Amino acid sequence: MHWDTVYKNFDYLLVGAYPQGPLGGLAMTVMLAIGGIFGAFWLGLGCGLMRISGKRRLRWPAMFFIEIIRGTPLLMVVFWFYFLAPVLFGHSLPEAQSALIALIVFTSAYIAEIVRAGVEALPKGQMEAARGSGLSHVQAMVFIILPQALFNMIPSFVNQFVSLTKDTSLAFIIGVNELTKAATQVNNRTLTAPTEIFITIALLYFVICYCLTEFSRYLERRINRYQARGR
Amino acid sequence: MAYQFDFGQVVSGEYGQWLLSGLSTTLHISGIAIVLSLGLGTMVAVMRLSKVRPLVWAAAIFTEFFRNTPLLVQIFFWYFGSYSVLPEAVNQWLYARDFEFACGVIALTVYTAAFIAEEIRSGIFSIPKNQLEASRACGLSFIQAMAYVILPQAFRVIIPPLISQFLNLIKNSSLVMTIGVMDLTYMARQIEAHTFHGFEAFTVSTMMYLTISLIVSLGVNLYNRYVLHVRSR
Repeated sequence: MHWDTVYKNFDYLLVGAYPQGPLGGLAMTVMLAIGGIFGAFWLGLGCGLMRISGKRRLRWPAMFFIEIIRGTPLLMVVFWFYFLAPVLFGHSLPEAQSALIALIVFTSAYIAEIVRAGVEALPKGQMEAARGSGLSHVQAMVFIILPQALFNMIPSFVNQFVSLTKDTSLAFIIGVNELTKAATQVNNRTLTAPTEIFITIALLYFVICYCLTEFSRYLERRINRYQARGR
Repeated sequence: MAYQFDFGQVVSGEYGQWLLSGLSTTLHISGIAIVLSLGLGTMVAVMRLSKVRPLVWAAAIFTEFFRNTPLLVQIFFWYFGSYSVLPEAVNQWLYARDFEFACGVIALTVYTAAFIAEEIRSGIFSIPKNQLEASRACGLSFIQAMAYVILPQAFRVIIPPLISQFLNLIKNSSLVMTIGVMDLTYMARQIEAHTFHGFEAFTVSTMMYLTISLIVSLGVNLYNRYVLHVRSR
């Protein structure tokens, strides 16, 4: 075993060539994950609300989008945005940007389904009562339905965040310098310790994702207890 | 610069053949991994519910570890690092055959088995606990009770989530292109490199993936309706 190879290159795995060069490694992974979940939340929320809307011209495009994205591998979506950008804009986007766009678009379809399930799980009387007390449909959504539904959805969002964190590793394929890419670079440079390097980065991903998974289980228990008390 | 669309070149002739052979590799690797992961996943789920402490811990560590690490990293791990983890004889056997393909199968199997184990475990939990107690009291062993009484009932409940895991597996199989398995995504990439018509190649291969998953999810919906229909009678 050559754990010293990992030890010597550990700072490269964590932040890339950062002080001297561009940021990379685990820091890039975390940035992609945070940017991805932030973008995907808003896009997914909009898309999920369109999906449950009563108006066909809103519902159908959202349905179309969700079904296509959920039936397609993420890798395809990544390639799509990578090769589509030159067609659309006439020049290619930087790798990190097109990876981030692909992650946001892909995850938003899943978040849209979470939003739909969360809103549909609320008792129907909530909407009727809100409309009955004089709120418009949009006002009822924003002030009555969404605050309750989003609260119940928090554990699902955290689970989606876990998937997204794992999915950032696909940015490697179009050359973004995140953790997986940094690991293959170190591996190609040293050639002595592939097993050790990949175990190390697997553990790095594991620590992040496992903490988030446990956090989501904790939240789920809290929310269940809160609801049991409330009703 | 205006982009000239040329779907004809991608879907016909040599390149069309490439896409079809890629599709068949994708279905092939997914099929093998589906069968293996179902077996491994069931085993892990039963281990986790057994009373033997080391088995429970091993199963728990297995599911938590493989669920919480990216599949791509696992593929690289098996491809680059398996030789110091797997026994020498296994490695020799793998190298004599299609090493990339075998690594792809192992990675997809292990990754999906971790998710399937959780589905099966929740399925088993949904069966009333006294079923197991009753069958133990009738003189069946734990394994027999699982195999003849609990699992057949549990599987009926979890068929829809199980199939959606298999669908994920088919989509995830696109990642094996990174180690050189010539699947659908690999072929689309190859056509892009040869013709610069990446847009068309990726459109056609996306359509192929979409067709598979829409057919499967249609099947699940029909099954769900059928089950509801049977229950309501």
